[in-house]
Amino acid sequence: MSTIAHERFEAVIGLEVHAQLLTKSKAFAPVAAQYGEAPNTQVSPLCLGHPGTLPVINENLVRYIIKMGLATDCSVAPKSIFARKNYFYPDLPKGYQISQFDTPICFDGFIDIELDEYDKRIGITRIHMEEDAGKSIHDQDPYNTLVDLNRAGTPLIEIVSEPDLRTPQEAYAYLTKIKQIVQYLEICDGNMEEGSLRCDANVSVRPRGREKFGTRTELKNMNSFRNVEKAIEFEIYRQIELIEEGGEVVQQTRLWDTTKNQTRVMRSKEEAHDYRYFPEPDLPPVIVTEELLADIKEELPELADVRQKRFMEEYAMSENDAVTLTESRYLADYFEEVVSFTKSPKSASNMVLSEVLRVLNEQSIDIGEFSVTPERLAELVKLKEEDKINSSAMQDIFNAMLGNKKSPEELAKEMNLIQVSDSGFLEPIVDEIIANNPDEVQRYKEGKKQLMGFFVGQAMKASRGKANPKLVTEMVSKKLQN
Amino acid sequence: MSTNSIAEIREQILNENLSLKDIVTDYIATIEDQDSEINAFVSTYFEEALSEAEKIEKKIKNGTAGSLAGAVLGIKDLICERGRQATCASEILGDFESVYDATVIERLKAEDAILIGRTNMDEFAMGSANQFSRYGAVKNPVDTSKVSGGSSGGSAAAVASNMVSASLGSDTGGSIRQPAAFCGVVGVKPTYGRVSRWGLIAFASSFDCIGPFANNVEDAARVLQAISGFDEKDNTSANIPVQNYTEELKQPNRNIRIGVPEEYFGEGLDSEISSNINETLKKLESEGAELVPISLPHTKYGIATYYILATAEASSNLARFDGIRYGHRAEKSSVVEELKEEEGRLREEFKDDQVQLDLALSKMDSALIKLYKKSRTEGFGTEVKRRIMLGTYVLSSGYYDAYYAKAQKVRRLIQEDFKKAFEKVDVIAGPTTPTTAFDQGAKLDDPVQMYLNDIYTTSANLAGICGISVPSGSHSNGLPIGIQFLADSFQESKILNAGRLVELLDK
Repeated sequence: MSTIAHERFEAVIGLEVHAQLLTKSKAFAPVAAQYGEAPNTQVSPLCLGHPGTLPVINENLVRYIIKMGLATDCSVAPKSIFARKNYFYPDLPKGYQISQFDTPICFDGFIDIELDEYDKRIGITRIHMEEDAGKSIHDQDPYNTLVDLNRAGTPLIEIVSEPDLRTPQEAYAYLTKIKQIVQYLEICDGNMEEGSLRCDANVSVRPRGREKFGTRTELKNMNSFRNVEKAIEFEIYRQIELIEEGGEVVQQTRLWDTTKNQTRVMRSKEEAHDYRYFPEPDLPPVIVTEELLADIKEELPELADVRQKRFMEEYAMSENDAVTLTESRYLADYFEEVVSFTKSPKSASNMVLSEVLRVLNEQSIDIGEFSVTPERLAELVKLKEEDKINSSAMQDIFNAMLGNKKSPEELAKEMNLIQVSDSGFLEPIVDEIIANNPDEVQRYKEGKKQLMGFFVGQAMKASRGKANPKLVTEMVSKKLQN
Repeated sequence: MSTNSIAEIREQILNENLSLKDIVTDYIATIEDQDSEINAFVSTYFEEALSEAEKIEKKIKNGTAGSLAGAVLGIKDLICERGRQATCASEILGDFESVYDATVIERLKAEDAILIGRTNMDEFAMGSANQFSRYGAVKNPVDTSKVSGGSSGGSAAAVASNMVSASLGSDTGGSIRQPAAFCGVVGVKPTYGRVSRWGLIAFASSFDCIGPFANNVEDAARVLQAISGFDEKDNTSANIPVQNYTEELKQPNRNIRIGVPEEYFGEGLDSEISSNINETLKKLESEGAELVPISLPHTKYGIATYYILATAEASSNLARFDGIRYGHRAEKSSVVEELKEEEGRLREEFKDDQVQLDLALSKMDSALIKLYKKSRTEGFGTEVKRRIMLGTYVLSSGYYDAYYAKAQKVRRLIQEDFKKAFEKVDVIAGPTTPTTAFDQGAKLDDPVQMYLNDIYTTSANLAGICGISVPSGSHSNGLPIGIQFLADSFQESKILNAGRLVELLDK
């Protein structure tokens, strides 16, 4: 594959993202939607497709999707209907999925994405509600496929983008943004590896400058953001190569094979299902009143973009720092809570950006699982602000805090790190350093003032980190003045 | 056998030392005596009925009994009762038992009704003669050479032959009113949304209504009263207060305006039925009613519209009967066998052409698809298959607009017809059926003739309004004739009132 050929073509990408909602109960049945429970225990007669059962709309499903619609500048339909999508599969107990077809509740919105070199607005065609299917398990019994219906009927929203994306990197940035939004709204945990976010991609290529879209393929089975990026990349190259060789792209659904890092055919257009959509007669139309809309708007949290700007203004933060801190709602919440206890945003952001993020990375955990509460971190920041400890001690105490519940001050005392600002204690130490290092003293006196760092370092070492560096500096410069 | 009303029976238990257990025993004796011929019941629960009778009798005596104490009911085999079979008279459900009570069952039990058994029906409520049942046809108690009507034939026949005091059926296109007319009993199709469908095995969700059969309007009203009302388990049930049906019946209103649609007395209507209904209406007029000629211009599209929309919904509703989780599943070995045979046949046919062979083999059904096809082929009867295919067809891409979408538009026109009519009249009257009960076995080969039997009943289901059929004397062939009254949504009191007026004419 030559890069030159690649440059002659442009890819057109649209994404369909499914987000599993964090409602307590299922979409249409009053039964818990818990994950990780024993198979077929989170079920009601409705989830089992028993005859005579009827779906009842979970009000929170409507509230959650409207939040998503508002967060992506969508119009919200005052009246929309559910539709049945009919197909047979063992993990689809009713033989149809309740979804929305020609009247999605949210439509015509957009999401702004940021890439290294440019920002871009991606159109949202529609967002609609539907229920999930169960799980077919093919690898636990040599002779039978097993079906777990715990997931059957859990609420999903499907977010369909316009074909506005042009590169795998844009697709990645778009997904990251969706994840950020659903997390900010607290409607989905955004975990793609565990399947609470799922993504299908429609990909086609066309010669640059041409208006008309090429024939598209639909990519499925990509279970991480990176895989989406890789699969799209592979598919773009595959299509360009095919066209370059005089072939034609065939409309089909292709699966991403994670082990082989390539896409392969799942089914062709001819084999596509006729889902026979029709209005769901068991559910009345979803009516969204002005009052409901106003009520939900009231509930909307501050979203990342707005929060980022506020951080820059309110805490005099660099754009980079603000972006990092607001990337996850929970990290931003954590930071603001630390600030509320300290009134020292600068030290708080330094601590969170350097130390806290380092630990999260090392331990591969989310801020929610982080062992140090904002209040304890704030106490540590305060110790430093009050000059009770120095920066190196701060780092040591922070590390010590990870493993226990003691207060930072207690730890500082235990570790003997409370800064000594007592000249009576420091005087002999400083004198000894001056006595032991005549060469450095000589050079300092000759004007090599940078050697101050050396003397302070020696003092820190001799005091085992407890010396107040400011005081040591004062003392040394005074003693070496003449 | 007593044909006293439920209220009278209760009175007798309280004041004349009549025993409810004896009454139940009498019903059991009638069932045992007659049902081998009539075939109204598909399963019975005599022991439970007798022990319930003892408990309820005590409640009657100590004044804590519900409004249906003294009533013994049969339940159509598509309304779920916990721990009892629910087969819709279909092989596909095998020996399925429901794990929960339908809302109507909870309400009947709360009012101390005794539920004695499950009544026969057309498979999945699809039919107008109760001839499509895995348990065999139901015979008309008035003349056993005739059909009972359907699809709630068992529920109608059980009441007509005094095997129960009342019963529940379901009406999707006339399945309560038509058998009620054929068997000479009262049958009520309530307004869509009046009675919860939770626990009613769906045929066509936007049409299906549960309603009562009884020997008189008062009992029908009493049962209807018990089962009506909002239910949060059914999003299509209406949160509108229920009228006091039984109370309002005590002082029937004779000065009502009755709309008489010309379209209900046209071609195809038996002339004797026509004159019978006109005579009944004349009598009502002489007692104070006003007869208003009206027109329901879209009536002629009713049957076609109904059979498109109802079958479309049915094709989806019946998808869950796939042999995977419950009910009938084809033998695994026979599925494997068939696949092997098919493969063998293809290998023989294309033995000289590897390319054709590979193509043919790749198009073979997977074992799963084969299992679905075989289970459903074995489990569903002819009429059900016909309607599933019809419904699948009208929803298919490329046909949806021509059939389903268009039928939905016509449905709205039919609703408009009624809306306009009810601005002028309290009720609309006409014959329930174009003919009296026909011979067993007739029309079996001619589905369209069979569907035409629903000509006067389907409109009410399309419009969602309520209707009642009450006996209006007999035909010269000895069979009962039913008169139908329709009223606007949630105006059940009006049809019950009109039915009561007809009852009073005989006295």
